[in-house]
Amino acid sequence: MTATTRNAQPASLDAVYPVGEKQPEQVRTPTGRPLADLTLANVLAGDVTAADFGITAEGLRRQADIAEQSGRPHLAQNLRRGAEMVAIPEEIVLEIYEQLRPGRTHSAAELRATAERVRSLYGAEATAQLIEEAATAYERRGVFGRRV
Amino acid sequence: MPDPQAPHWARYDLWDERQLSHDRFAVDDPANGFCAADSPADPRPSLVIEHGRIVELDGVPEADFDLIDEFIAHHYFDLSVAAEAMAIDSREFARRLVDVNWPRPALVRLSAGMTPAKLAEVVGHLSTLELSFANSKLRSRRQPSNQAHVTNAKDDPVQMAADAATAALYGFDEIETTVRVARNGRTNAIACAVGAVVARDGVLIQCSLEEAEELRIALAGFTSYTETMSVYGTEGAFLDGDDTPWSKAFLTAAYASRGLKARCTSGSSSELLMGFHEGKSMLYLEARCVCLQRAMGVQGTQNGGIDGAPLTSSVARGGWALLAENVLAALADLECASGNDTRHSESEIRVGAKIMPFLMSGTDFICSGFGSIAKYDNSFNASLFNAEELEDFLALQREFQVEGGLQHVPEATLLAARARAIEAMTAVLEELNLGRLNADQKRSVLVAHGSDETDSFMPAEVARMNAAVTERRLTFVDVVRALAARGFTTEAARLVAMARHRVTGDYLQTAAIIRDGRVVSAVNDPNQYSGPGTGYVMTPERRQAISRMRREVSKDDILAGEGATGQQEARHWRLVGKGDALPGDDPREVVVGIGPGFGVRLHKTTGGVPLYRVLASLIAGIREGGGVPCVVRVHHTADTSFLGLTAARLAKSGVGIGIQGKGTTVIHRADQAPHMNLELFSQAPLITADDYRAIGRNAARYALGQAPTPVLIPYRGQALGARFHVQTALLYAIETGLVDPGRNPEVLEVEFYDRNDAQRAAR
Repeated sequence: MTATTRNAQPASLDAVYPVGEKQPEQVRTPTGRPLADLTLANVLAGDVTAADFGITAEGLRRQADIAEQSGRPHLAQNLRRGAEMVAIPEEIVLEIYEQLRPGRTHSAAELRATAERVRSLYGAEATAQLIEEAATAYERRGVFGRRV
Repeated sequence: MPDPQAPHWARYDLWDERQLSHDRFAVDDPANGFCAADSPADPRPSLVIEHGRIVELDGVPEADFDLIDEFIAHHYFDLSVAAEAMAIDSREFARRLVDVNWPRPALVRLSAGMTPAKLAEVVGHLSTLELSFANSKLRSRRQPSNQAHVTNAKDDPVQMAADAATAALYGFDEIETTVRVARNGRTNAIACAVGAVVARDGVLIQCSLEEAEELRIALAGFTSYTETMSVYGTEGAFLDGDDTPWSKAFLTAAYASRGLKARCTSGSSSELLMGFHEGKSMLYLEARCVCLQRAMGVQGTQNGGIDGAPLTSSVARGGWALLAENVLAALADLECASGNDTRHSESEIRVGAKIMPFLMSGTDFICSGFGSIAKYDNSFNASLFNAEELEDFLALQREFQVEGGLQHVPEATLLAARARAIEAMTAVLEELNLGRLNADQKRSVLVAHGSDETDSFMPAEVARMNAAVTERRLTFVDVVRALAARGFTTEAARLVAMARHRVTGDYLQTAAIIRDGRVVSAVNDPNQYSGPGTGYVMTPERRQAISRMRREVSKDDILAGEGATGQQEARHWRLVGKGDALPGDDPREVVVGIGPGFGVRLHKTTGGVPLYRVLASLIAGIREGGGVPCVVRVHHTADTSFLGLTAARLAKSGVGIGIQGKGTTVIHRADQAPHMNLELFSQAPLITADDYRAIGRNAARYALGQAPTPVLIPYRGQALGARFHVQTALLYAIETGLVDPGRNPEVLEVEFYDRNDAQRAAR
């Protein structure tokens, strides 16, 4: 990581964070509705559903930029990986997590295939890199041994 | 073999009965992992970079990196500062941590260029005091906060809702729950969410469970954060914990992708407990965990021993090491929930002492789980502080004016919120056809300290509810509708507001909490402490709030109490003034000089003996001893010695008794110096009516020239100051307020209406 980690609080952040206060009009729900639609009345009327109350990839990238500007490049990188994973269904997310645990996969090739899948299906480049890095490290350290 | 004939000091038996005797202390043994810091096996700091690539880390060449080294080497370092940071003398850097002229951002920036061994070496130079001070400067959010455990032994959602409301009222910004029975997570989470919004807006909720189930509950909108992603400082422990740095980094991003606030868990002794410590010190292993967490990009950590705290506390320098871990986390720019969530000792003294450095510095969350419920209801095990000790915590905040995140709540407010939480939760259960309670059952929850006292839902019923919640795929929207349908509109709106925060992602930033509906984090409320008057300074309103306690006593309270007693006791006696007192002529005469407030504004001693009975006992005692009593009211002083001396100088015998309205008594003789009395009874709270009688008897015997055995008031070491001094000072102030410096002592005629008192006095 080569980004400088200056941890000042630039005045420019005051204009953008908290996003819900400073630029609510920029926020969209996963179904594309504005934040202002998320009211009790709309919930009771059935106009918005639980599916509307999620964060979007765009929302996460916005928070990643704020983290970067606040001097937190590591957090920013995590939020960018998160942004990539918004589109990945829960079952797949949990399945990949399971694959990354010790002894669940038995070769680097298996993990690399998973990395390639998230890259091609979801465009999740940073996530794919993380998985590929794991594949190499696991191979060198013998983490592919049997657990159960 | 101990010699059975050898003498044995009795004090050891006493010590063996104390709470501390349950604690065990481990001998330092670095090879076996019992070592707080500076183990011989800890590496010397080193960082070698070739062509932008880290080829050696803390003495380990790249080819031998374990998983943790490798992840740190790939993701942790800011290579633009690494050379500079590693070249700084560790003691010099330690000094910067406690130097208010070195701003936090500069230190945080340099820390990203330091290896785990370097960081451990740096904090190793700080004393406990310096660590606490460094923490006040390094913690990320300006405003300290606190987190509560809310669980119960039955997983009863109705009690849980009432207890969540209680916790939210006391001030906790996060509530962490977990289950006794694994499948009960959903109703626990719903109950905490519903209870919290009854009390106020903005409490973040967590349900600690197996990862997949925890994620599903969060996706249903019942919870908003997670903190159970454990990381470890050795590869062996990590793999044994069934994870790797990559699996945990992936999971961290996965939680972010679903809009959940997340922090990791680490803490010294976890590697020792799991048997993979490599002979390294606890502090060094934790430095690795902290670097790893920053490298993963998680916003925060709960560290400082956590489940390992009792073990860390068993070694020398253990308490220091736990604090040092939190300072490492703060220096690494992580939100720090600073442990203090496991009872590390049976000794209440050790518990109180342990929390002080954290209260003094403030931390992002003082406890990563304050047991806000009964100890036995805590499904995580007892915390450092629990419902039983919550008022002790408030007392510490109050007397040192430190921010622990909590405040006193009046009983009426508390019961109203509990009642509403119970109604709201039962409404949700009824609307969703999950269960029903009758009025008596609800009332049992309202007033219960813990689940031993409730007659509510039992685990089997709760398990059935959870099966239904899962099968019907109920989400927070169903709960919102149920609340609204039954008139809990405010609560429904607050649940929606909480869910809206997830859409913005604002609470994904470091150290975020929600206060008054606003996200407050290290971004918009950064800690910029740089000396007195900077950083977190309590507002006057907050100072007042943390200064409130139950059982506070004011002068008005005392006067009102005395007034009521006085009215009641007017039927027992009457004191009638008969003009200025003149020296008497009976050589057997003992004068009792009562203070200006005695029987006027003050009516019982601090020991609770009514003053009419005190006087009757003194008079009876004087007669028993062969003396002749005479009672005078002294107006010109309220001081015991001078009351006694005044009385003695009015008595022909030269012996007098001085007594204040609060019961402090002296036997004096006319020829003595004011503070050189015959017998002084300063521990008024311990003096009984019989003692007063004995005092009267002795006074008479002195008057007759005898040498009686002094009256001994038994004392068993009670903290009389703590128990009585507030009352004593207020009572004495009332009496000194009645002093009339120019007025002569006045002879009194004493009439007792009660036949027994009269007989006692007449005998």
